[in-house]
Amino acid sequence: MAFQQIKLYQTGTFVAGNRLLDPEQRSVQARTGRSNSLTSGHRACRGCGEALGARYVLDAAMRATDGNLVAVNSTGCLEVFSTPYPESSWQLPWLHSLFGNGPAVAAGVAAALRAQGREDIRVVGQAGDGGTVDIGFGTLSGMFERNDDVLFVCYDNEGYMNTGVQRSGATPPAATTANTKALGGTPGNVFGQGKSVPLIAMAHEIPYVATATVAELRDLEYKVEKAMTFRGARYLHVFVPCPLGWGAASADTVKLARLAKETGLFPVFEAEAGTVTEVSKIRRQVPVEDYLRPQKRFAHLFGDQPRPDVVARLQARADRNIARFGLLPEGDE
Amino acid sequence: MDKPFAITLDVGTSRANKTGSWRTERAVYTNRMPPCNDACPAGENVQAWLYEAEEGGAGYERAWRKIMADNPFPAIMGRVCYHPCETACNRAQLDEAVGINSVERFVGDEAIRQGWTVSVEVPPTGKRVLVIGAGPSGLSAAYHLALRGHTVTIKEAGPMAGGMMRFGIPRYRLSRDVLDAEVQRILDLGVTLELDTKVGDLEAVRQDYDAVFLAVGAQLGRRAYIPAGEAAHVLDAVSMLRDLESGEKPLLGRRVAVYGGGNTAMDAARTAKRLGASEAIVVYRRTKDRMPAHESELREAEDEGVLFKWLSTIKQVDGGRLTVERMELDDTGFPRATGEVEELDADSLVLALGQDTDLSLLDGVPGLVVEDGVVAVGSDMMTGCPGVFAGGDMVPHERSVTVAVGHGKRAARHIDAWLSGAAPEPVARPALATFDTLNTWYYSDAPRAHRPVLDRARRESTFDEVVLGHDESTALMEARRCMSCGNCFGCDNCYGVCPDNAVIKLDDPGGKYLIDLDYCKGCGLCVAECPSGAIQMFPERI
Ligand SMILES: Cc1cc2nc3c(=O)[nH]c(=O)nc-3n(C[C@H](O)[C@H](O)[C@H](O)COP(=O)(O)OP(=O)(O)OC[C@H]3O[C@@H](n4cnc5c(N)ncnc54)[C@H](O)[C@@H]3O)c2cc1C
Ligand code: SF4
Ligand code: SF4
Repeated sequence: MAFQQIKLYQTGTFVAGNRLLDPEQRSVQARTGRSNSLTSGHRACRGCGEALGARYVLDAAMRATDGNLVAVNSTGCLEVFSTPYPESSWQLPWLHSLFGNGPAVAAGVAAALRAQGREDIRVVGQAGDGGTVDIGFGTLSGMFERNDDVLFVCYDNEGYMNTGVQRSGATPPAATTANTKALGGTPGNVFGQGKSVPLIAMAHEIPYVATATVAELRDLEYKVEKAMTFRGARYLHVFVPCPLGWGAASADTVKLARLAKETGLFPVFEAEAGTVTEVSKIRRQVPVEDYLRPQKRFAHLFGDQPRPDVVARLQARADRNIARFGLLPEGDE
Repeated sequence: MDKPFAITLDVGTSRANKTGSWRTERAVYTNRMPPCNDACPAGENVQAWLYEAEEGGAGYERAWRKIMADNPFPAIMGRVCYHPCETACNRAQLDEAVGINSVERFVGDEAIRQGWTVSVEVPPTGKRVLVIGAGPSGLSAAYHLALRGHTVTIKEAGPMAGGMMRFGIPRYRLSRDVLDAEVQRILDLGVTLELDTKVGDLEAVRQDYDAVFLAVGAQLGRRAYIPAGEAAHVLDAVSMLRDLESGEKPLLGRRVAVYGGGNTAMDAARTAKRLGASEAIVVYRRTKDRMPAHESELREAEDEGVLFKWLSTIKQVDGGRLTVERMELDDTGFPRATGEVEELDADSLVLALGQDTDLSLLDGVPGLVVEDGVVAVGSDMMTGCPGVFAGGDMVPHERSVTVAVGHGKRAARHIDAWLSGAAPEPVARPALATFDTLNTWYYSDAPRAHRPVLDRARRESTFDEVVLGHDESTALMEARRCMSCGNCFGCDNCYGVCPDNAVIKLDDPGGKYLIDLDYCKGCGLCVAECPSGAIQMFPERI
């Protein structure tokens, strides 16, 4: 990990803060003065990973920009649960775009600010995986290609959740959704489809691309802060478990994010100008089964007719990530 | 219609939407019982004092005061306690138990260095309590009774206070400077200590006091019948150690055999080595793993070159020679004689076969019950005779300094209640903070620091303390290995992980948190991600 490790014997940088640390050494989330960009009363499900991820990202960005921040939000869960008329949970300037044009609107806001000479005000675009990976993908690629001065954040919960849990281009193989049921010989979502937008973003050779999860707050905050030190197009892909869509306990949101990283299924890394610069190493490696079992969307792999063959294919995906990104700590490889 | 450009509707904050109404379970900060606290015979709040010590600096004194609330001997504990707290410590399941005992020693030594003291904060009650015996149990009771405002007199048979801490445990394990300092602190509370005052008849002195605490220990070395020749030199371990402490060097010869497998046997053998024996051999009738001696004492004895003869009983002693019979363990683990004998050279034989209590002072005390040579007491430490309490080695329980201290404390609480006629304040015993209630992901990988020991040469010839203390930075790191089982330690995780901002962090340095029930949806994330298991979900009444 690239961020500053604090050598505190008790909890190091694993927890949000710790009374033994100076306030400046704690995460943004541990400070009483955090901006709570997404405030209470929003209608996200209990234990929503996306609500958590959005607050983590925007509070860190607010701090990095001294509060000079505008957010543009594509349609999706995050928009729906935060702004039912006449209420808003946003405590920063916030614009809602269409489902497909969030990146273009964000690019436009950045252009307008530049025209006004207000380049001190920074722009964040945000969307779920549907708005990023599928529907907004064309405008996103355009924003990257023009190198517009926007940090675009994808909160990836691996599906279209508020419309009733449909498959997206970020849904993992074997997962069941409303339109990838556990029926037939290849239950759930098929293997061999979908895409990695972080890798596609890197192919645009934009200044900064990073992935993160809601389980590693310090790492996430560090990446947001770092992204804000660049001008031009930047992309942050945050893994946010969805208790509803995944059929998981609401208390397991952070745990599942942690397991996604510790199994190797979700590689956590940073890249600058198209090249990977840092990867977060696995700390306590576990088999993919530990990650899959608590989720109902994978229950069909473990039921009356278990599918060890499918689990093995998922394990192979994790192993490929481990090899490809070098996720095991030195000496374990 | 004076809205900003492009704004046509009034907006309100979503805080108007009290999502707490969705909740079926609520998160509540709780305190579970850390296993270390649960295991400490003196009832220390280990987790709580480690929490203070973790801060370093001014935290050490607060830690010390928390220990002193239960146990007046932190520096002694940090040397002689068998630390069952560490055996119970949850961290043992992660890497290695927290070195609680070494931190306790550091804090206790720091108190002596800095001269920290305690004082009586309550007005005198006018009640007079007699304590018989100035061992750890009597001293502990005297301390707690004095803090409660009672007038305490200790009558002690010996020439100095400390009991077996002075006349049993050798100096190489407990420095007398430390013992003196911690005993003096108790006397400074106004406790009257009458030395060389053996109580021969409790009934004769009892009426002068409102209550009595008996803590005469077990002073008589048990003798076994072993046929001995004229020239045989046989002595018992407790007398030998007592004589040594009183300045009489026992004559042991070059080759010393010690009979027994307990801690006293270890100390007798190690002492013999220090007094110049070229060979000290412990003879024990069972196997090594069945020895009652504590594992660390066995190891230290082995390190010092003490030899062991397992599965052996002594049949006969003659000048310079022992006849030893080999034993075998039967299916139940009981040693059985085999008839095979051999001879062993030994100039003297030290018996370390346990101790008995001299109960002659209790003759004629009405209602008092003696069973198996010890005095029966209830859970309130009261004997069958109202107003007469007892604790330590003279009551049926495991015998250790820490148990004795715990008895003294418990007795003081009940004596206090008995004197005032009120029920003692109840002691809360919440559910245990078991390992599975923790989220250990969050703890740093932190290997345990072990205390340095004196080099071998000085262990062979001197009575200098063998186990040394940690320096400040090591003690601090060791304290910080504590996972704070079952109790909040202010890591801010709950405040961080709530997706609904329903955890309120109070802006005080103590770092306390509240659940905002207006917005807590009851997801349980704070519970799951609390490293120490200090939050629990409880069902709402719907
Ligand atoms: C060699 C040895 C090593 C030990 N090592 C350890 C150790 O490392 N750790 C540990 O936890 N425990 C150890 N123990 C056990 C521990 O010392 C005892 O369990 C503990 O001291 C018991 O405390 P007590 O107050 O009940 O009795 P004691 O310590 O025996 O004190 C009783 C006191 O009462 C006095 N007394 C007796 N009769 C009368 C009377 N009639 N009138 C007035 N006063 C009287 C005695 O002189 C004595 O001072 C050891 C014991 C021995 C013998
Ligand atoms: S007195 Fe003993 S058991 Fe209690 S905390 Fe100290 S070392 Fe542990
Ligand atoms: S980790 Fe700390 S609180 Fe937990 S058992 Fe060990 S010493 Fe006690």
